[in-house]
Amino acid sequence: MHKLLTDQPGHRMLMLGNEAIARGALEAGVAFASTYPGTPSSEISLNLFQIAHQTDLYFEYSTNEKVALEVAGAAANTGVRAMCMMKHVGVNVAADALMTLAYVGARAGLVIVSADDPYMFSSQNEQDNRYFGKLAGLPVLEPSSVPEAKEMVPYAFELSEELNEPVILRTTTRINHSTAVVALGNLTTPQPAGHFEKAPLSFVTVPAVSRKLHVRLLENLARAEALANTSPYNFEEGDGTWGIICNGVSYTYVADAVRDLGIEKQTRILRIGFSHPLPQARVKDFLVECEKVLIVEEGEPFMEEAVKAVAQQAGLTLAIRGKGVNLFSRLYEFDPAMVRRVVADYFGVAHTPPAVVDLDDVPEIPARPPTLCAGCSHRATFYAVKKATEGLDTIHPSDIGCYTLGFLPPLGMGDFVICMGASTGSAGGFAQATEQKVVSFIGDSTFFHSGIPGLINAVFNKHNITLIILDNRTTAMTGHQPNPGVDMNELNLDGYGQISIEALVKSLGVGHVSTIRPYNLKKSIAAIREAVLFDGVSVVIAKEKCTLYAKALKQLHGKAFQITNRCQNHRDCIRDLGCPAFYLEDDQVRIDPDICAGCAVCAQVCPEHAIAPVKASP
Amino acid sequence: MKPMRLIIVAVGGQGNLLASKVLGEAALLADIPVRMSEIHGMAQRGGVVESALVFGDAQSTIISDGEADVLVGFEPAETLRALNKCNARTTVITNVAPLPPFTVAIGKSHYPELDQIKSLITAKTHRLIAFDAAAQAKEAGNLMSLNIVLLGALCRTELLPLTTDAVREAIRTRTKQAFVEANLRAFDLGYQAAA
Ligand code: SF4
Repeated sequence: MHKLLTDQPGHRMLMLGNEAIARGALEAGVAFASTYPGTPSSEISLNLFQIAHQTDLYFEYSTNEKVALEVAGAAANTGVRAMCMMKHVGVNVAADALMTLAYVGARAGLVIVSADDPYMFSSQNEQDNRYFGKLAGLPVLEPSSVPEAKEMVPYAFELSEELNEPVILRTTTRINHSTAVVALGNLTTPQPAGHFEKAPLSFVTVPAVSRKLHVRLLENLARAEALANTSPYNFEEGDGTWGIICNGVSYTYVADAVRDLGIEKQTRILRIGFSHPLPQARVKDFLVECEKVLIVEEGEPFMEEAVKAVAQQAGLTLAIRGKGVNLFSRLYEFDPAMVRRVVADYFGVAHTPPAVVDLDDVPEIPARPPTLCAGCSHRATFYAVKKATEGLDTIHPSDIGCYTLGFLPPLGMGDFVICMGASTGSAGGFAQATEQKVVSFIGDSTFFHSGIPGLINAVFNKHNITLIILDNRTTAMTGHQPNPGVDMNELNLDGYGQISIEALVKSLGVGHVSTIRPYNLKKSIAAIREAVLFDGVSVVIAKEKCTLYAKALKQLHGKAFQITNRCQNHRDCIRDLGCPAFYLEDDQVRIDPDICAGCAVCAQVCPEHAIAPVKASP
Repeated sequence: MKPMRLIIVAVGGQGNLLASKVLGEAALLADIPVRMSEIHGMAQRGGVVESALVFGDAQSTIISDGEADVLVGFEPAETLRALNKCNARTTVITNVAPLPPFTVAIGKSHYPELDQIKSLITAKTHRLIAFDAAAQAKEAGNLMSLNIVLLGALCRTELLPLTTDAVREAIRTRTKQAFVEANLRAFDLGYQAAA
């Protein structure tokens, strides 16, 4: 049985934040869950995916976040509790559905988890998704700790049902990827099947309907604010006159700072956990008690602006500060010492900063950037593209996945990366605006996610591009989740379809389509060369299972390779491929047999044919 | 209870997260407050994995520069890289068997001398415990138990608010059954090494 199905209320368990959120959903009786994987949200889905095989929960990996939200939004409107989780940038993809789903609302609880990533540990930006609550007119809840994240999920479902609106649960990486002790509550059996009651005047958003629905949304927003004013998740601590308003993980840093500085008596904290709509009455009552106020929030001055507006309306003139020079930054994540320093400075309290050691005489430590795994087929494909385009002035738009790492030396494949799917759309722009040859890269999962419309655009507008689809048969980067091209039978899961990328691409009318096995360099280079020289849209599908995934499926059968005494030390292998299995010993290239995956790509690069399987060599 | 802050740094694949989990479970068994956080974005692709564990009365799950009471490094250069987390009272435990980053392996950058790593850490912190944990793990029967060897050394310092028994119990009940024997041997070897 899955550990999150433990039916022992009161039992205390160590949980990752994402496990706590999944458990919270089970305690709320979630019946339906959908997602597109993305760090730092992925473990919520992973756990629910596993649990769905053991219970009546329906779970799906959807093609992208917009589809995931449409699927969940429909389910919730048949009367079953639904949850939809994604990383922060995923909400951008889902935003079109989100904005109008707010108008039609939800008949049963619908919770949308937005996992934000301040500091961009594994993201392309650090946007603050609380603004989506404001933009859509939806309630936003923000936990400060792992146990609270679990508690907030059932609360979010109840709130959603009270308002008949989706509710956004907004986390940050330090909630998703923190671990703490959580006490289990009662599991709730999900409502098994829904039924859709037709109500076109509520669900069909033609202008005449939407004009009424927008009125309803604003009324709901007013009701939400009334609930926020009394919500247990907006609470006060202390009764001093130095006010601190904070949210999320910032609250934990504030609580520690106040204790460490010994200013419990002077301070008064308002922790905002139900942050949109801002509980204005509650904030006003708080401000009235304070001499000056500091707002502690990572990201944008979301609360700060709203709190200042409350003060202005109430005619309060006390100092309210948050972001600014010598105060807090809009950049990156906070940490306890930083918050302690700003709190101390703002309220004029003496404090001793941590005695950081002097690092001046520490030598430069070699960086340890992530690299493509040994045997990763992307390395072979990138090498083949490099060879096939030698002498051409090329642009390589790339996309989001492990293969983004191809931009690093020695491969240097990746010139423009902005968001999921952009490799296909931006390719057309580069091709049209320049004389350069555009060869772009996209992974299989990303292609399904949002790459297809860009490719259709290229066919329709007759852009001259080559698209390399790096089809490694899984969503590798986020932990090997399925995508529509995956053979689910290999995972012993039935009840799934499977989409052939090749058939799909051909059906779009792409002029030149070929499939390569990237480990075969000679054939791959020839096929890519042909595609690149084709005038019009050409697609090359580089098909080879992700090495790590193949290993997990026990399908990796390649023998390790070694450098034989034919080696003349040209080092083309290291210089051109940069596989992490290589190392130097006594100035000789060696291959670590424990790391080598046996892909044989380096053996094809070596001009001396000095690289051979371990067994076959003398 | 006064907070005790521990940072563990490792290279992806060295078992840092399991080590943190064992300590967390031991704290849970002993009813000691604990919170931890981890950054492991691209761990599978050879990056650095850092965990922070905060025991006792604090709410934060991360540790600021200069605020670690103990630093445990699974790889010497990574231990040195994490020195910004330390202060003059920090105790540092490190494995001395290097895992050179790829750029070093192919001669593109220079790995600092082990002696220099050790003397720098010794000079700047309260105490350094440095030994070949990889060798101990092999002796225990499984290189993968390097993480547990270091936990043994960590317990020997008695800096954690956890008893050795609680940690051993967590190893017994929370690590894979097939590895428990080797892990317990590894723990004892690490414990002795930190004498
Ligand atoms: S996880 Fe798979 S796709 Fe990603 S770098 Fe490793 S082998 Fe390549």
